Amino acid sequence: MGVLLVLIVLAVLLLVGSVGMIAVGRRRARRAPYLEPPVTRPPEAPRPVVVAPEAPVAVEPEPVVVAPEPQPEPVVVAPKPRFRDRLGKARSQFAGYVGNVLSRTSIDDATWDDLEEALILADVGIGTTTAILDDLRARVKSEGITTPQELIAALKADLTAALGDADRSLHLDAGVTNVWLFVGVNGVGKTTTIGKLGRRFNEAGTPVVMAAADTFRAAAAEQLELWSKRVGADLVRGNEGGDPGAVVFDAVQRAAAKNVTLVLADTAGRLHTKVNLMEELKKVRRVAEREPGKVTEVLLVIDATTGQNGLVQAKQFGEAVGVSGVVLTKLDGTAKGGIVLAIEKELGVPIKLVGLGETADDLVDFDPHEFVDALFDA
Amino acid sequence: MFDSLSDRFDAIFTRLRGRGRLSDEDVDEVLREIRVALLEADVNLTVVREFTRRVKEQCVGEDLSQSLSPAQQVIKIVHQELVGILGGETLRITYASHPPTVVLLAGLQGSGKTTAAAKLARWFRQQGRHPLLVGADLQRPAAVEQLRVLGQQASVSVFSEPTDPVAVAAAGIAEARRVGRDVVIVDTAGRLSIDAELMDEVRRISEAVKPDYTFLVIDAMTGQDAVATAEAFHSTLALDAVILSKLDGDARGGAALSVKEVVGKPIAFASIGEKLGDFDVFHPDRMASRILGMGDVLTLIEKAEQAYDADAAADAATKLMEGRLTFDDFLEQMQALKKMGPLQNIIGMLPGVPKELKNVEIEDREIARIEAIIRGMTPAEREDPSLINASRRTRIASGSGVSSSDVSNLLKQFKEMQKMMKGFGGKAMMRKAKGTKKKKGGRVTAPR
Repeated sequence: MGVLLVLIVLAVLLLVGSVGMIAVGRRRARRAPYLEPPVTRPPEAPRPVVVAPEAPVAVEPEPVVVAPEPQPEPVVVAPKPRFRDRLGKARSQFAGYVGNVLSRTSIDDATWDDLEEALILADVGIGTTTAILDDLRARVKSEGITTPQELIAALKADLTAALGDADRSLHLDAGVTNVWLFVGVNGVGKTTTIGKLGRRFNEAGTPVVMAAADTFRAAAAEQLELWSKRVGADLVRGNEGGDPGAVVFDAVQRAAAKNVTLVLADTAGRLHTKVNLMEELKKVRRVAEREPGKVTEVLLVIDATTGQNGLVQAKQFGEAVGVSGVVLTKLDGTAKGGIVLAIEKELGVPIKLVGLGETADDLVDFDPHEFVDALFDA
Repeated sequence: MFDSLSDRFDAIFTRLRGRGRLSDEDVDEVLREIRVALLEADVNLTVVREFTRRVKEQCVGEDLSQSLSPAQQVIKIVHQELVGILGGETLRITYASHPPTVVLLAGLQGSGKTTAAAKLARWFRQQGRHPLLVGADLQRPAAVEQLRVLGQQASVSVFSEPTDPVAVAAAGIAEARRVGRDVVIVDTAGRLSIDAELMDEVRRISEAVKPDYTFLVIDAMTGQDAVATAEAFHSTLALDAVILSKLDGDARGGAALSVKEVVGKPIAFASIGEKLGDFDVFHPDRMASRILGMGDVLTLIEKAEQAYDADAAADAATKLMEGRLTFDDFLEQMQALKKMGPLQNIIGMLPGVPKELKNVEIEDREIARIEAIIRGMTPAEREDPSLINASRRTRIASGSGVSSSDVSNLLKQFKEMQKMMKGFGGKAMMRKAKGTKKKKGGRVTAPR
C-alpha cells in the first residue's frame, strides 16, 4: 500500500517535472543542472560548552526543593497584573462592534453580521466563528433571548465556556529534573518567554537552568545568556550549529548535579512544514527524557498576530512533540490572538501563559474570564 | 488542513453541471465559498468584502465559454482579480544619485527584520552593489550580535555602536560615506504600532537617515492584524514596499494581499527559507495561486529545473508514458527528485492533487527502501524484471535487507504503476500537444 503510493507520487512528479521542463526548457538555453544542497542544518558539531558561573559545583548543600507529594503540582502563582489594562490599549475594534450590537434595540441580521465580523477580525477564524455563532443562535431560540444585552452576555458566557476549565497549571514533578521545552515557529518570542519565566522563578526562590538549545539562529544563545545574567539563572549553551539535543542533555545533567529541579529549554524557531527540523525537535525531546530528565511541559509559543496558520502550527507541533500548553505572546499590540480560541476549542490544547509587554513581569497566567472580559469591554 | 478553493468549488459545481449560465443564487453560493476561502487564508475582512463584490460583478450574467467549466471560469476570474490586486507596479530599485542609497527596515517584534536585512544585503551584493548593514536594534538582547554573524555570512560589513538608535543610524550613513558603500540597510528594533514612544523613535531614525526606501517586514503567517499594523507604520514612516517573511511555511499569506489592497504598497521581496539565499523578488501570480490553494506549479518547475537533467527527464517521461520505464530510469529520476526536498512539500505544490494523496505521510525511509531493493538487482534484472525468479528474489531481498515478499510487492506495484501511467500518459501527451497542462483526470490547474 505504502509502496504503491510512493510509486504513484514519484511517477506523477516525474511527469509534471518533465512536462514543465519541456515547456520551459525549450525557451531557455539548457543549463548545467545546479544542485542546491538539501535543506538540513549541519548535524553533529562540537559538544556543548557549559558556561559555569563562579560558584563551585555541587559541593555546598544547596537548599533541596522538597516536594511533599509525588504529584504534579502547579507552581508559582503569578502576581496578576494588568491583563485588562494591557489588552485595553487596543481593544477598540472588537469593542466597537459590540457597541454597535448594543446600540440596537433588537437582535436582527445586522447584529449577527457584526458579531461575525468582530470574531473574524480577532483572528478566531471562520470555522470556529461559525460554530460559536450557531451555538449562540440555538441558545437565543431556546432561552428566548431578545435584547442585545442578553445576547452579548450569552456570547461572553459561551466564549468563556469554550475556554473551559482546562488544566492551565505548569507541571513540575517531584524526584526528577523537569524539562520544559519551548517550541514554535521563528520569531514568536520563545527566548524572551524563557527569560521572563526565569525571572518569575528566580523571584519565587526556585533556581532554574536555562538551556540555549537554539544553536541555529545567529546569536540566539547570546540573547538567552543576557537574559540568564539578568535574572540570575544558570545557562548551558553549545556552539552555533551544534547539536541541540546535546545542549539539553548537558543542561539536565548540570541541573541534576546542582539539585535544580527545572530546566527551561529554548529551541530554534522552525516552520512546522520542515520535516528535517521537526525530526530534530523530536530528537531533542527524546534526549530530554533521559534520566533524570523528564519533559513535563512542551509549550508552544504563538504570536498574537498569527492568523489561521496558528491552528496548523499547533496541530503539527502537537503531532511531533506533544504540546501540553500554549504561550500567547505580544498580546499588548493591536492583535487579539483569537486563534488560540480555535486551538483550544478544536485541539484541546490549553493556553497557559500570556505575554503582555516587554518587561519581565509582563508574562502572566492565562485567565479565560479576563481574556474574554478584556476583549469585550469598551 | 484547509480545503483548497478548487475542492470547494468542485462540490458546488457537480450540482450545477450541465448549465451554461450561472444564476444569481449559484453565484451567491460560490461567493460564500470564496469568502470562506479568503478568510481562511487570512485575507482581511474588509478586503474580502470589497473583493467578493468585484468578483460578483464579473460573474453575474457572464457567458460561460464552452471550453471551461463554470468552476474553472469562476476560479479564473478570482485568480485574475487576485493577481490584479497583488501585481500592478512591481518595485524597481532606483539607486540614489548621491550614494549611499538608504534602506530602512521596520516591523513588529519577531517579523524577521534582522534576517531580512542580511538577506537584502546579500541580494544587493548580487546586484553588484556594496552594501553596509547598520544595526540600530539596541533593544533586543544580542540583536546586533545576530546581525554581525549574518553579515559575516553574507560577506557584508556591519556597523553599530551602543549609543542610541537614532545616533547609530545617522553614524551608519556617515560611515558608509567614509568607506564608500553605495547601499545602507538600517535594521531597527521590533515595535508595536501602538507604542507611541517607539513609533516616535523610528520616525526620528527615518528623519535622521532620510531613507530612499522604507520597507515594512511582515510575517506571512500574520492574521487580520496585518492591515492595522501596516496602516500604522505607513502613517508614521510613509512605506515604499513590504517584505514578506517566512513564506516557506504553509501559511496562505492572505496578509500580503490585504496590505497591498489597503495601503497600496507592493510586496517587493519575499523570504522563502532559512538560508541567506532564500530571498527573492516577489511573484504576485504565484501568490494568487497560493491564496486559492491551487498549488504552486511555477515554483515546482523551477525546483525541477535545478534538480533534473532536462533531456534525461523528458526521455524518462516518454518511456513512462509508453510503459517502457525500467528500474534504472526510475532510480535515476528518484535521485533527481530527492534533490527537490522532502516529497511531502513537493506534493503540496501540485495543483489538483486529491486530498487522499496530499495527506499521505510519505516517509523518506520508504523511498530509501525502494532504492535499496532496486540497487540489489543486476543491470539485466533492472532492464527486464521478468527475469526475477524465486532464487533471484531471495538474493535481492537479502542484499537489500528486506523480506522477499517486499521485493515481489515492489515488482507487482511497479508493473501496476506502469499500466496506470500508460493510459494516463496517452491523454497527457495529447494535452501537451495542445499546449494546456492538465493532470489527474481534468482537474483544474492554475490558469495562466
